Amino acid sequence: MRALAATAPSRAMLGHLGWVLRRNPLTALASAGALALCLVALFSPWLTPYDPIASDVPIALQPPSAAHWAGTDQLGRDLLSRIIAATRLDLAIALSAVGLSFVVGAVIGSFCGYAGGRLDRAVGRLVDVLMAFPLFVLAMAMVAALGNRVENIVVATALINLPFYIRFARAEVNVRRDLGWVEAARAGGESHAAVVLRYLLPNILPAMAVQISLNLGWAILNAAGLSFIGLGVRPPTPEWGILVAEGARFITTGKWWLVAFPGLALMLSVLCFNLMGDGLRDILDPRQRT
Amino acid sequence: MTRTSLGVTTGRAARRLLSSAPALLGVLVFTFLLMRVLPGDPAVFFASGPNAGQAEIEAVRKQMGLDRPIPEQLLRYLGDVGTGQLGRSMTTGQPVVKDLRERLPASLELTFAALLIALTLSIPLGILAALKPGSAVDHGVRLLCSLGVCVPTFVSGLLLIYVFYYLLGYAPDPTGRLDVFAASPPGITGFLLIDFALTGDGEGWRAAAAQLVLPAITMALFVIAPLARITRASMLGVLGSDFIRTARSLGLSRTRIVGTYALRNAILPVLTIAGIVFSTMLGANVLVEKVFSWPGVASYALDALLSSDYAPVQGFVLLMAAIFVAVNLVVDLLYGLADPRVSIS
Repeated sequence: MRALAATAPSRAMLGHLGWVLRRNPLTALASAGALALCLVALFSPWLTPYDPIASDVPIALQPPSAAHWAGTDQLGRDLLSRIIAATRLDLAIALSAVGLSFVVGAVIGSFCGYAGGRLDRAVGRLVDVLMAFPLFVLAMAMVAALGNRVENIVVATALINLPFYIRFARAEVNVRRDLGWVEAARAGGESHAAVVLRYLLPNILPAMAVQISLNLGWAILNAAGLSFIGLGVRPPTPEWGILVAEGARFITTGKWWLVAFPGLALMLSVLCFNLMGDGLRDILDPRQRT
Repeated sequence: MTRTSLGVTTGRAARRLLSSAPALLGVLVFTFLLMRVLPGDPAVFFASGPNAGQAEIEAVRKQMGLDRPIPEQLLRYLGDVGTGQLGRSMTTGQPVVKDLRERLPASLELTFAALLIALTLSIPLGILAALKPGSAVDHGVRLLCSLGVCVPTFVSGLLLIYVFYYLLGYAPDPTGRLDVFAASPPGITGFLLIDFALTGDGEGWRAAAAQLVLPAITMALFVIAPLARITRASMLGVLGSDFIRTARSLGLSRTRIVGTYALRNAILPVLTIAGIVFSTMLGANVLVEKVFSWPGVASYALDALLSSDYAPVQGFVLLMAAIFVAVNLVVDLLYGLADPRVSIS
């Protein structure tokens, strides 16, 4: 009985999802792009035409050709292979950073919005302090303080995303906490923690999904920016920001492909996540459409 | 503005300033603690050389007050900040306040130029999109906005350099605020464009403007999207309201309705977003400053950060937070001017 009840709505939801995506071709395209990116990230070792870190100095700095679609860098490494290999790291950083700030922010924000009072005000102040920081600078300082490692980029990116999730979850829970079904759950003998975690949190998830999708793009840009200025991921690890930073040295001598192709990878991935987020928001709440 | 409403506005400004004090203090304490976790020992760095004796390092540490417990260091630091001292940079050897004062005009000039470009492009675009929602223009603006926020500034800056410096040769060598061979103006305000204009040096002004254009456009491209979007949304809301319908039915001209009545009412949210955009640009333009070797405060802080030099980073973050508060305040006051109803409530 329970299994039946679980599958029936999910099939209906899938049908609804298909209908929605057919009505919004741009969102469908963006979602397909995001999915493709994830697939590239998963299977990147099998997709690279050359070894991404094997240098071949005689063919250094060659423009795009049939053999090397995106050209070669200063050590003769195939740029396309390096871009494909970098997808996994960049997506992993963005996904884990956004995931981390979502989980922590949603829980903190929901409890604050539910409890209100002194705790709520204290956390609100803390969030204000975080927001008063120049956020990119805060991320820079954190990576410098904690050490130049990938985990620390994730932590820093998560931290600068955190205030938005806390605010968002707090506001969403705050308007729902006195609704009938919440009171019913309380009257039914659920503890406060259970009311927040089992009733309110699932209820605000769809709204937060939009936030996640929009934040993924931002997180990718942040992580790439950090490695561009020499914080976080270090060369020779392929990463989009590093690839651009390496190409920057050759831009005044006209080696455009070293910047353009990693830049294109960054742009397309951010575009996919942003459009997907915009589409999701339009579907969930058409009034907010701008 | 009458006398009483001026009083109300100043009162509101004072309250706003007071209420932002805890946030500023929080920023100070947080940065202080964060900087204390930075790897690398400044005492070793500051001592005469890598082979300085242990005794000398200890002496330097004592002189810098780094041998005291952390809470005491924090209190001393807060006291220093209260008297306007932000410490001394180890890399430049100058007081941080002096360094920041020298470099802030470069960052401000760049940010102001970028904001100006962004506003002159995004407000008309937003209005055009709002006048015909769903039209080709609307979709074009939407596409432009979606693309604009996706290209990181360090990529668009480099590509602009490629096109305008390497291919076309219009732009000068993309390093710094002035050509190495050009004479810099007497430092009156520190804003090169204003200084050159004051001294009547047309050639110098053009040289400085030529250096400024590419980085300013790079920054502007990234912020056109939020500004155009909010203009469109806010215009759409106003255009649908009753008083616009009344104005239409009275037969007022289209330019009068849109330019005077609708725009004045729609500009308020744009102001707020412009304030936010300004403060974020000032903090985040480290990437643009890096690409164009712009001698601003953000690249100064980055260099200090990479050589574990506490004082400049703390000073920079404090400066940014203070500017953030100040910009919010200015926006608030402008809000009151643009819509007197706000200051009464």
